[in-house]
Amino acid sequence: MLTKRIVPCLDIKNGRTVKGVNFVNLRDAGDPIELAKQYAEIGADELVFLDIAATLENRGTTLEMVLKVAEQVNIPFTVGGGISSVKHVDALLQSGADKVSINSSAVNNPDLINELSQKFGNQCIVVAIDAKQINGNWKVHLAGGTIPTDLDLFDWAKEVEQRGAGEILFTSMDNDGTKAGFATEALTKLSEVVNIPIIASGGAGSINHFEDAFTKGKADAALAASVFHFGEIPIPKLKQELKKQGIPVRL
Amino acid sequence: MNVVIIDYGAGNIKSIQFALKRLGVDALLSSDVNIIKAADKVIFPGVGEASSAMKKLKESGLDTIIPKLQQPVLGICLGMQLMCNYSEEGKTEGLGIFNTDVKQFNNTVKVPQMGWNTISNLKSSLFDTIIDNDFMYMVHSYYAEPCDEMIATTNYQLDYASALQKDNFYGVQFHPEKSSKAGEQLLKNFLGL
Repeated sequence: MLTKRIVPCLDIKNGRTVKGVNFVNLRDAGDPIELAKQYAEIGADELVFLDIAATLENRGTTLEMVLKVAEQVNIPFTVGGGISSVKHVDALLQSGADKVSINSSAVNNPDLINELSQKFGNQCIVVAIDAKQINGNWKVHLAGGTIPTDLDLFDWAKEVEQRGAGEILFTSMDNDGTKAGFATEALTKLSEVVNIPIIASGGAGSINHFEDAFTKGKADAALAASVFHFGEIPIPKLKQELKKQGIPVRL
Repeated sequence: MNVVIIDYGAGNIKSIQFALKRLGVDALLSSDVNIIKAADKVIFPGVGEASSAMKKLKESGLDTIIPKLQQPVLGICLGMQLMCNYSEEGKTEGLGIFNTDVKQFNNTVKVPQMGWNTISNLKSSLFDTIIDNDFMYMVHSYYAEPCDEMIATTNYQLDYASALQKDNFYGVQFHPEKSSKAGEQLLKNFLGL
């Protein structure tokens, strides 16, 4: 049976993890490779690296990091942040990234999704969507959630699927950082409108929240950062509890 | 050991090279027929679309070389699918090594299948010390139909062939290079064949 995925997300700046981590047995908490190896070891199913300071200048640094992760880590990983061209995606995949995630650039230039999916296959093209509710309607936001658009979350999700996205990474800005749970209703609706895998993001605070994302929200994967980095929810314990609740996970 | 990964411009082959390196083997990427023929072990990778990958194989003449190889050959993901008779993806004639066809998952399940699924009914030394129902990482929209050459099955929409073997030819639908310890063990077993 296909299992639900648990996905830690690492924020990267100039090839180093930021926001701090508080992980036992790490010699260097800022080293993304060491952290990635540790996560792979304890049962993370996949990793996301988000380049939060993505600029042309530091692109080389990110590529070097991607290469090192690919060399040393034996689970799949996605790289996102500031990706806007076929050439850049090619360089990331050539360096060993399994998937790339695009966000603002997909909204600004939707044809990019078609181009990437035709050239590299839809399995490696993740479209990240940040959205929040405005007057009860889920609206897509850009540039790390700072720029609102008129795009409806569900319309946009359908469009990215049609254009060739292989997966959607949905972050609810209303839930992100609250530790009050994922946006399960929006997740359920997303699963109804598209037939590609959905990664839930934003709001993880307890083991029950993950359970809700998978059962009520029908998500295929759940992403979180701080609850994993600070050991608030140890991944082995999370997966054991999910299994007890009858949710298929890889143990 | 002389391990060659066939480089025909299809997909992320660096990950396979790195996975072998973690096992202490420096594999060579090559599209050169003589280098491929002389290898102890050959890995035939592939990610992307079947008909364009097949076109690339034909352009380099590899489509006639691969079925004649004598040493152990491991097809991974699209590599495995291209070793079958026919794929619905792009209506592609395959290399005809495995006597089965490749079909698309229907929309009763999410497509692509993405993530960790179990492999069962393991039947080959390729799976030595790997337990029934161990997990492998899968990313695919098409599957190989069950057949006599099936050495592992996985369930998604239906039971399909997640690994195949005929003589010296092996094929796996999953990505051993991304499948943690179970995947490493499989690659180790292949290198030991």
